[in-house]
Amino acid sequence: MTALSIRKLEKSFGGLRVTRGVDLAIQPGERRLIIGPNGAGKTTLFNLVTGELRPDTGSVALFDQELTRLPARRRAHLGLSRTYQIITLFPKDTLLRNVTLSLLGLSPLRWNPLLRLERQRHLIEQAEHALARVGLGHLAHRPLAETSYGERRRVEIAMALAQNPRVLLLDEPFAGLSVDERRDVKTLLFGIPRDVTIVMIEHDMDVALDFAERISVMHFGEVVVEGTRAEVVADPRTKEIYFGE
Amino acid sequence: MTAPRVALAAALVALVTVPLWVPGDYYISVCSQILIYAVFALGIDVLIGYAGLVSLGHAGLFGLASYTVAVCLAAGVGHVAAIAAALVVTLAGTAVFAGLSLRATGIGFIMITLALGQIMWGLAYRWVSITGGDNGITVPGRPAPFGLRLDAPSHFYYATLAVFLLTVVATWVFVHSPFGASLKGTRDQPRRMTALGYHVWLIRFYACMFSGLLTTIAGILFVYYAEFISPPTVQLTSSAEGVLMAISGGSGTLLGPIVGSILVEIVKNVASAYIARWNMMLGAIFVAIVIFMPEGLVPGTTRLVRRALKLRGPIPAGAPAPTTAAAEPAPGEPAP
Repeated sequence: MTALSIRKLEKSFGGLRVTRGVDLAIQPGERRLIIGPNGAGKTTLFNLVTGELRPDTGSVALFDQELTRLPARRRAHLGLSRTYQIITLFPKDTLLRNVTLSLLGLSPLRWNPLLRLERQRHLIEQAEHALARVGLGHLAHRPLAETSYGERRRVEIAMALAQNPRVLLLDEPFAGLSVDERRDVKTLLFGIPRDVTIVMIEHDMDVALDFAERISVMHFGEVVVEGTRAEVVADPRTKEIYFGE
Repeated sequence: MTAPRVALAAALVALVTVPLWVPGDYYISVCSQILIYAVFALGIDVLIGYAGLVSLGHAGLFGLASYTVAVCLAAGVGHVAAIAAALVVTLAGTAVFAGLSLRATGIGFIMITLALGQIMWGLAYRWVSITGGDNGITVPGRPAPFGLRLDAPSHFYYATLAVFLLTVVATWVFVHSPFGASLKGTRDQPRRMTALGYHVWLIRFYACMFSGLLTTIAGILFVYYAEFISPPTVQLTSSAEGVLMAISGGSGTLLGPIVGSILVEIVKNVASAYIARWNMMLGAIFVAIVIFMPEGLVPGTTRLVRRALKLRGPIPAGAPAPTTAAAEPAPGEPAP
């Protein structure tokens, strides 16, 4: 059984084919890195997997369950979480409220118009725990707008982890971080247990190559190289994509 | 007792004693009208302030409720059945409004609600056999719940006050609930909310239904207040006034729409007796609010008071920090 299976995925915007017959099979517990130049179709691939975009053809399956026709919200309930390249959080709210919203998304409580959210101790405690897990427990009551960029990245990861995902998609989690913040996020990602499968898009090769076991190189919407770190680094097509002929 | 609670208690005392200190039946009736329009503005604010959806069609729903009561009463139906019919018909109408309008957000939502509101106005104006057209429908008297007659302005005021307080409490519970948090999330980051597992469309639909419920209640109160309903109540300017009430007072707050309705209704009913061009005055007030307090009167005043307190000196030890999640805004404060 594969954790995430992508078969012949195609997507075009008008005349522009952004993914061309992408095939990926990611095993449970695997750490997979997806790299490629800007415009290679990496984020579009994530959007197709999470259901934010509908593929023209092809299919996506999560632990052998077909996702292709399911709306994006249902995929979250089946164990698919993601973070965004451009941080997408709730800036007017506190860190605690951000993570609470994440937990609430999978709870039937989200439909309840009669209870007070602040009195749902089990949710609040879970949110506090998720924040503590990413080292932000002490900032739980701080408004997001008053936090640093690196802290917001960690809130994104806390929100994703709070949903206990089976597959976690990380879209450039190190983008825009300082050296210290990169170290913190790296430690955090290395600490995620193996029952969570991770697929990561990243440009920072030093960090990403340490993290990933297998790497897929995308170029013009296609997966052109796939293999272990050594195989991908040694492949002449990788050098050609990044350095030219 | 904290300052907000003292203010709340003072406001309650002031509201309950209105017939004692307001001079004359006319002004007591104006107070009833303020409360009715406050409920209407609260309904609109649920959408503007908490869902990020601006409706210009709510007067259509308000009118639908009023006309349903009026038509039922004119046909000899009892008050309870007429009110029940108004609730059913207007909530069904709200579902249709929401189903069509929520195909879009932003400008698209505004334009669809505007069009639907204008359809309702057109029906009120042209479907003469049902609505009486320009002549409207006169309601044959007010109900007498539990044997209490509501003919006297002060009696009707108390009935309106009771309904108003219930709607304020219901709205407070609604916006502070898990569903309210979900709704605010869809206002701020709909894409993220979908990725987190929320059904954004359905959340907005339910918010429209709650907003429609408040609007229905306001419409029912209005037709009993005026004992008459005619097309001008349903027209676009009525929807726009409701939106202005919510925005000028402060959308995303509970106190804001109430303050906005006080402002608009006083200018319409009181200042208009002394100033011929009261519309111009109302416009000037709105322009001033937009320039000096773009967030609305209630959040703007709160901001100024906080700034003044800050200038006066440090917050005493033991006072709650202003930026904690536990410090959930009191009614009237901006939504987080």
